[in-house]
Amino acid sequence: MERTVDWLVVIPLAPLLAAVINFLFGKWWIRHRAHWIAVPAVGVSFLTSIVAAWTVLSRHERLHQPLYTWIRAGEFHVPVELVADQLTVVMLLVVTGVSFLVHVYSIGYMHHDPGYYRFFAWLPLFVFSMVMLVLANNFLVLFVFWEAVGLCSYLLIGFWFRRRSAAEAAKKAFVVNRIGDFGFALGIMLLFTSLRTLDYHAVFEAIPQLSSGTVTAIALLLFTGAIGKSAQLPLFVWLPDAMEGPTPVSALIHAATMVTAGIFMVARAHPIFLASPIALWVVAVIGALTAFVAATIATTQFDIKRVVAYSTVSQLGYMALALGVGAWIPAMFHLLTHAFFKALLFLGSGAVMHAMHDELDMRRMGGLKRWMPLTYWTFVIGAAANAGIVPLAGFWSKDEILVGAWVGGAPLLALVGLVAAFFTALYMFRAVFLTFHGQPRFDPHELHPHDPPATMAVPLVILAIGAAVTGFLGVPPETGWIHHALEPVFESATHHKVSLSLTLGMALASTLVALAGLWTAHAAYVRGTISPAAVAERLGPLYRLAANGWYFDVFYQRSVVRPLDAAANWLWRTVDVGIIDGAVNGSARIVALTAQMWRRLQTGLVANYALAIALGTVLLVGIYLAFGSTLFR
Amino acid sequence: MERLPILSLITFSPLVGAVILFLWGNASARAVRWIALVASGVSFALSLAMLLRFDPGRAGMQFTESFEWLPELGIAYRLGVDGISAPLVGLTTLLTLIAVIASWDPIRHRVREYYITLLLLATGMLGVFVSLDLFLFYVFWEIVLIPMALIIGIWGSANRVYAAVKFFLYTLAGSLLMLVGIVALYQEYFQQTGIRTLDVLELAQGTYSSTFQFWTFLAFFLAFAIKVPMWPFHTWLPDAHVEAPTAGSVILAGVLLKMGGYGFLRFNLPLFPEATQRWAPAIVVLSVIAILYGALMALVQRDFKKLVAYSSVSHMGFVTLGIFALNQQGLSGAMVVMLSHGFVTSALFLLVGVLYERAHTRELAAFGGLARNMPIFAAFFGFFALASLGLPGLSGFVGEFLTLLGGFRSYRWAGVLGTVVVILAAWYMLRVYQRVALVRAPGEPPDPDDPELRMAITQGVPPVAGGGDTDQHTPDPRTFPDVTWREALTLAPLALLTLWIGVYPLPVLDMIELSVRAILAAVTGESM
Repeated sequence: MERTVDWLVVIPLAPLLAAVINFLFGKWWIRHRAHWIAVPAVGVSFLTSIVAAWTVLSRHERLHQPLYTWIRAGEFHVPVELVADQLTVVMLLVVTGVSFLVHVYSIGYMHHDPGYYRFFAWLPLFVFSMVMLVLANNFLVLFVFWEAVGLCSYLLIGFWFRRRSAAEAAKKAFVVNRIGDFGFALGIMLLFTSLRTLDYHAVFEAIPQLSSGTVTAIALLLFTGAIGKSAQLPLFVWLPDAMEGPTPVSALIHAATMVTAGIFMVARAHPIFLASPIALWVVAVIGALTAFVAATIATTQFDIKRVVAYSTVSQLGYMALALGVGAWIPAMFHLLTHAFFKALLFLGSGAVMHAMHDELDMRRMGGLKRWMPLTYWTFVIGAAANAGIVPLAGFWSKDEILVGAWVGGAPLLALVGLVAAFFTALYMFRAVFLTFHGQPRFDPHELHPHDPPATMAVPLVILAIGAAVTGFLGVPPETGWIHHALEPVFESATHHKVSLSLTLGMALASTLVALAGLWTAHAAYVRGTISPAAVAERLGPLYRLAANGWYFDVFYQRSVVRPLDAAANWLWRTVDVGIIDGAVNGSARIVALTAQMWRRLQTGLVANYALAIALGTVLLVGIYLAFGSTLFR
Repeated sequence: MERLPILSLITFSPLVGAVILFLWGNASARAVRWIALVASGVSFALSLAMLLRFDPGRAGMQFTESFEWLPELGIAYRLGVDGISAPLVGLTTLLTLIAVIASWDPIRHRVREYYITLLLLATGMLGVFVSLDLFLFYVFWEIVLIPMALIIGIWGSANRVYAAVKFFLYTLAGSLLMLVGIVALYQEYFQQTGIRTLDVLELAQGTYSSTFQFWTFLAFFLAFAIKVPMWPFHTWLPDAHVEAPTAGSVILAGVLLKMGGYGFLRFNLPLFPEATQRWAPAIVVLSVIAILYGALMALVQRDFKKLVAYSSVSHMGFVTLGIFALNQQGLSGAMVVMLSHGFVTSALFLLVGVLYERAHTRELAAFGGLARNMPIFAAFFGFFALASLGLPGLSGFVGEFLTLLGGFRSYRWAGVLGTVVVILAAWYMLRVYQRVALVRAPGEPPDPDDPELRMAITQGVPPVAGGGDTDQHTPDPRTFPDVTWREALTLAPLALLTLWIGVYPLPVLDMIELSVRAILAAVTGESM
């Protein structure tokens, strides 16, 4: 059922207006009152999303609001329409809900920043772009806002633009994402040239007409976009650097929402992927590898935000794995729970940074538990949820992904996921113990850590509650609330029968693995029975591989960036200036030399030159008439 | 029906201004500027009226004017616009007005002569777009050449004479070839029908032999290809831009390059449909080369203006790719790219001019951290940089996506290779933005809260100075004042148009749709 409504547009419009107002009037007029514009606007958006979600989920109908025709050229026709189905409203709730909390948190966190108004212009701009991405009704509009969230990411990573590191990270994020977008754009072109439409519904209807090669090409090209946006192997390198942005940005954009756009897009386009087993297989393998590789890197980092960032990459890998094995609902379920516990972890790290005067290195922390109990307990909840400890949110969703992989015909990938789960628990509790336990490794007389003010504390508590309980949306497994809610969207997908023994077995296995990780972290960083330094020494090259992010950055720098720069330079000096312009100037010189001989003709009178030009023209025309035309024949 | 000859009025009101200035020998600089402003303003207002009254539901020529001139030779004063030329007329009058305002302060010597030249140039350009008679067209085409060369050669910077001569000879070579083509066409049509005419629309009705089409197409093509400029005929462009004064660059990039694209659409495609089909694959190859090559060149430039000039080569590659993809998306996209490029690249040249006024250099290494003391400049620059790298929602994307889609439909490999530029464009544009607007001024130490400073203290790593090494002694960018209101006045309308075309391009697309369809019908031989 589809119902046309006229209020859906409020969801994107409110934050857009807030962004425009703060951008235009913020610097000279609104200044430190900017949050009074932005926070209510996002609140309105959130409330409207709740209404939309309630309507869609309770009445089982799709909401639809046509806006206007954007592009029309021949048969290429792109209308802008908002559509909300079950998948959309779940995303809307996550996006606007977490956005609202992060906005509130930022009032306290960004309080003293001279760019306060700018922050509260870009942040609602992001909310606008993200909800439009979710509400889009065709692939090109999706792409437009896909790039728009990329722009917001650029603006917010580079928020402290006077720092070289921030400017570099922002640029890197945009350019690396553009590599993914290159594939995405080609996928859209191929879709249109094959089907003459970009409308979701029409495309999915027409998929069976296409050859399997074309479908696979389209699916893989679209997934290339997801690899960039959702930081999958091998394009994940931008996300850890994106931590140069203010911490609320890391929480909202680079953990809870924007980076999940790739996952959302694949879920949205699932009929295309379902038509191509090869593409699904690629998605699953890349997801599993990403989950594993990023987890190993996270285990070796000392910067608290980078640990959480690599953890994000790893969790996104789990989601991609779920998509690839056809576990569509578990993927969205994990997206939902992850949004809560990862936003919580980032905001918690932000509270720590706030208390520690922007210190990020966990080697200079320790023992913070006694000064920051609220931050500690919320952070522990987030960490345990991320590590998949029963009964917190991450446990339920991750478990379902592993079960899905097992029954989806990829038991090997399920095992990779289990190994990654060990590292997940290890790095998460390593971070907890290094930061909050033990003796302070800083001077407590100089720094006086303390829990954050109310505007920051309340979002932490709400997110902690979310991280604790959202998992129950998926209980009992396979038939929870989330499954019923999303079922209509993924009707076409095949459903595997999952036996109770398998569910329990996998739950037991993943719990044991998580506890093993927790125990290892405890042994290494609390009891001291394992020496991390000795282990690192022992592992040698393997440790260095992980500590250096598997050398992806080095590889890109050496094999792409520098060679391309060198090639461009060579092209410029040799081909452009040397050969092409050389030929031009050379012929000019020949003319000049000839002219030296003819210089007696040079009178300096313009009239003579005009005459010469005219004569030359006549000559050329004459030559043509004599030889080229049929006039004299 | 008695009608206002609106196209003549648009075309010749700048000329009237030029004549007034010519006759009023001792006018003060102030009076000169105001007269130029009024003349270009009238032309702009009239063109707006024309665009508002333009009927997008009709494919043929509108606002036509026709007077016998030399009837025995078949030459007549024929004017008219369709969906291809009408938007370009609007672009021309707007950019002329902006050029007049942009020259207000920077041009300080020979002001009267400067504005006479500029207004003459405007009439020439407008004449090119409204002429429907090949003789008239050619006259206007050549008229454009001289004032442009003078503006570069007299009011340009250090190496101006070399650049002006290069520009002049390069394009003259092209136009002489076109003249040969025109004469050949005239003769051929006379041979076939016994009618002497230079009416473009009538000539397009003729059918010409394959061989004839092949060579005459080439003659026209070379003239337009040099103007666009297509690779490898582009090397006059960086020199001309770097030496030209700001307003000269605005006109050059904003309008003059479009004359090439317009020429393809108006002459090459409808007159020589068969040759178009034959030449198209080769031209698509050159276009893709231009797209990628221009972007790579932009990547390594150290001169701000040269960077923008090379990015122009890349963008104009989209135009030719779209045109010779020979489908609706490609052609419509090419038109949008031309308009978008007219707004965005002109604005980027204006921004370079803003900096040049303050620093008297265009070396990128001399700048850095301008976002702090020039926030409005940084906002405008950021906006146009994003438009230039094809961010959706701004005008560049609409045109680029349509041309790439058109290219992809006709030549899959061309679409794929051309799309690579989305990566390169982001790279060079954001790099130059960072260089100029972000981080810090050359030699400026990091802020107290900058992690770089902490590294410097704790690990002894010296902070990297903002900007780079420069030999010249240049003023400290930290002392530059933000854009003046007059500078903002030149940038703001372009920003609004860029946003408008990006968000709601439909009126423009609808305006060009039928004309493009008519051209395609002529090329592919299908009935409309």
